[in-house]
Amino acid sequence: MTEALRLENVHKYFGRLEVLRGIDLALEEHEVVCLIGASGSGKSTLLRCVNLLERIDAGRILLAGEDITGRGVDVNGVRRGIGIVFQAFNLFPHMTVVRNVTLGPRKALGVPRDRAESDALALLERFGLADKRDEYPDRLSGGQQQRLAIVRALAMRPELMLLDEVTSALDPELVGEVLEVIRELAEGGMTMLIATHEMAFAREIARRVCFLDAGVILEQGPPEEIFTTPREQRTQEFLRRVIEAGRL
Amino acid sequence: MDHGQGEGSPDHAGLAATGSRSSRILGGAEGARAVAIALASTVVLFTVLAVLVVTSPGWPEFRRTFLNREVFREALPEIADAFLLNVRIFLIAEGIILVFALFIAVLRSLPGPVFFPLRVLAIVYTDVFRGIPTILVIYTLGFGAPALQLSWVPISPLFWGVVSLVLVYSAYVAEVYRAGIESVHPSQEAAARSLGLNRGQALRFVIIPQAVRRVVPPLLNDFIGLQKDTALVAIIGPVEAFRQAQIEEAATFNFTPYLVTGLLFLLLTIPLARLTDWLIARDRRRQLAGARA
Amino acid sequence: MRRLAALALVALLAGLAAGCGGSEKSSGTTSSTGANACSKDQLNLVDSGQLTVATGNPAYPPWFEGGTPKGSSWKINDPDNGKGYESAVTYAVAKQLGFTKSEVNWIAVPFNQTYKPGPKSFDFAIEQISYNPQRAKAVAFSNSYFDENQSVVALQGTPIATATTFAQLKKYKLGAQIGTTSYQYIVGNIKPDEKPAVYDNLNDVITALSNHQIDGLVTDFPGAYYIADVQLDNGTIVGRLPTIGAEEHFGMTFEKGNSLVGCVNRALAALKQDGTLQQLEQQWITGKAKAPPITQG
Repeated sequence: MTEALRLENVHKYFGRLEVLRGIDLALEEHEVVCLIGASGSGKSTLLRCVNLLERIDAGRILLAGEDITGRGVDVNGVRRGIGIVFQAFNLFPHMTVVRNVTLGPRKALGVPRDRAESDALALLERFGLADKRDEYPDRLSGGQQQRLAIVRALAMRPELMLLDEVTSALDPELVGEVLEVIRELAEGGMTMLIATHEMAFAREIARRVCFLDAGVILEQGPPEEIFTTPREQRTQEFLRRVIEAGRL
Repeated sequence: MDHGQGEGSPDHAGLAATGSRSSRILGGAEGARAVAIALASTVVLFTVLAVLVVTSPGWPEFRRTFLNREVFREALPEIADAFLLNVRIFLIAEGIILVFALFIAVLRSLPGPVFFPLRVLAIVYTDVFRGIPTILVIYTLGFGAPALQLSWVPISPLFWGVVSLVLVYSAYVAEVYRAGIESVHPSQEAAARSLGLNRGQALRFVIIPQAVRRVVPPLLNDFIGLQKDTALVAIIGPVEAFRQAQIEEAATFNFTPYLVTGLLFLLLTIPLARLTDWLIARDRRRQLAGARA
Repeated sequence: MRRLAALALVALLAGLAAGCGGSEKSSGTTSSTGANACSKDQLNLVDSGQLTVATGNPAYPPWFEGGTPKGSSWKINDPDNGKGYESAVTYAVAKQLGFTKSEVNWIAVPFNQTYKPGPKSFDFAIEQISYNPQRAKAVAFSNSYFDENQSVVALQGTPIATATTFAQLKKYKLGAQIGTTSYQYIVGNIKPDEKPAVYDNLNDVITALSNHQIDGLVTDFPGAYYIADVQLDNGTIVGRLPTIGAEEHFGMTFEKGNSLVGCVNRALAALKQDGTLQQLEQQWITGKAKAPPITQG
């Protein structure tokens, strides 16, 4: 199995503040890894560094064995192969649903309009959004919008998907439909790095869970190990707080 | 009801209309009673004003000098004909400004040290042409450029009039565009770039379309200003509506021709203002992602 | 009885004597000035024995010509030499009144000093002063010694420079200042094919002409001469336009009530009748200033 993604000793500063303090992480193809940790621990930053939205200050990141943080890298090309979904959806409000999906393939991949549209419709169909194709995002529910965001990312046929707290902004009753989509993607073999607060879901879907604390991966392992027998003190504290909040 | 709000929606989600636009004009109330009160208060106010004006001692003389029906009728054809020149200038200039100003705004926002000179150029340009009075620009270019007597430099006053208006107004409109671009949440650009679009594509398909929709009101303000400033071209020779009114005034010592000119300008600007209100309302609904009546 | 008759005769003679001849205080109008009253020794003068004439300094062409000799306080031209239209007319009038050339004395008085209230230091002023009724309330005007016309100015060597008729002028782009009789003349009389260009002030019209943005400008003749000869490097007067409608003219100005006016008017009338005035105009303006007439054809 080839390695899909590797982060080696990644450091990231925002001004004086060091947010990532030496991240070492590797994902294999088709692996689903969940990142858990408190707000401010660096989960979002880590994901944004992977798709080069943020530049790292030290270390390197390899995508399918190639260093994407070196000099002369085609950043746009790298991003075409990575799909990212944000907590705030970040859909394009001035475009219809179908155009949100076809923009990337048509302009970044050069796919002709007809094919892009038929591909888009197939995806929308698959995820239950086909009837909304000509609506604008403001007419969709939160759950539908996030599903659309996922479809938009998938339309680029990425090798790797990054999901950044994608259910955190949703009302509880809508979370389920989005988790269902993610489950489907995992079952389909998509390599995914997922930052999440949904512990039950992480437990169910992840091959590996990483606990991120103050910019380092404090502990990582299979979900059973992390959730039931965490080694580190801080992991235990974190999980205790999560349980108290009723989220586990 | 779901409220899928996220950081993608604009901060002023609170402005989501709680009622229809017409009810907002009426002051928030609805129904026939509101309309009746509005009508009554309008009638009262204007009647009082009219009475005050008409009973003032200078009224007959004022009416003869400024509201003279005879002079109005006689001056109208020539002034309307001259007004076509204003319209022509305005249409040509506006078309160029919309594009050129966007170019300046994009220049200004180019990132990275290598583009520093272009950014500086854009800043200097907007500072200079917002700072110099329009009439001075027209005067300097309209008389100065032809004075060079270079064969490839046009001498037509109309040409330089349009060029001057484009230079001045593009400076203002560029700043309006820039404000619009900067008001688009950076997460939009992040989403676009994440798809693998390059910066130019992100600007063109995601940021600028949103930016432009947001700045339609100030854009319109600038264009109403442009419509009126077409009159300034007269100082370098062409006879447009205001100049024609001046000519009529000099010939008759009556000021009614200016009324003709004023009304013609209003005829142009008011429909444009209403059209823009409609465009804003239509786009607003789409901008407020997630909020639903 | 004889004494009474003698008294009556003396009274009659005295009355006759008083009735004839210009007394210094009588208000001068042409009708009350008899032939003797305009003889040189009877004239109401500031300095008896000489004619004191005022004009502006510098003395501009074509009103004055011939340059200035060394040591002269006059700029551009010295009126003393008799050259230039106003100088020539002045000497011609002086001759009619009986003065020799050396008895004419020129002094420099700027235009706005010529009409200030109070006694004047000159007998009359001659410096392109247009008559209008308001001004005539402050000073006395002689009759016309020069009728103003509108004129067309263009650049040398351009096609319009050879135009001699309205029909020829029509096809060019003309320009004028807003609110002037010049502008009215263009649209009312010449009626060119293309709408004339209109400018806020005369300098802008001149700039437009020198930029080739207009082919010709219309302004009154004195201004036209100055523009073509002095302000523009390569200007030329296309011609003087015929007077259509109200006429403007120049007059000499006198202290209000000065009887000299009547005598000067008689002199002018004589000069008009014998053709001297026309000849001088031809010599110094139409000919020398190269301002040929344009006809309405």
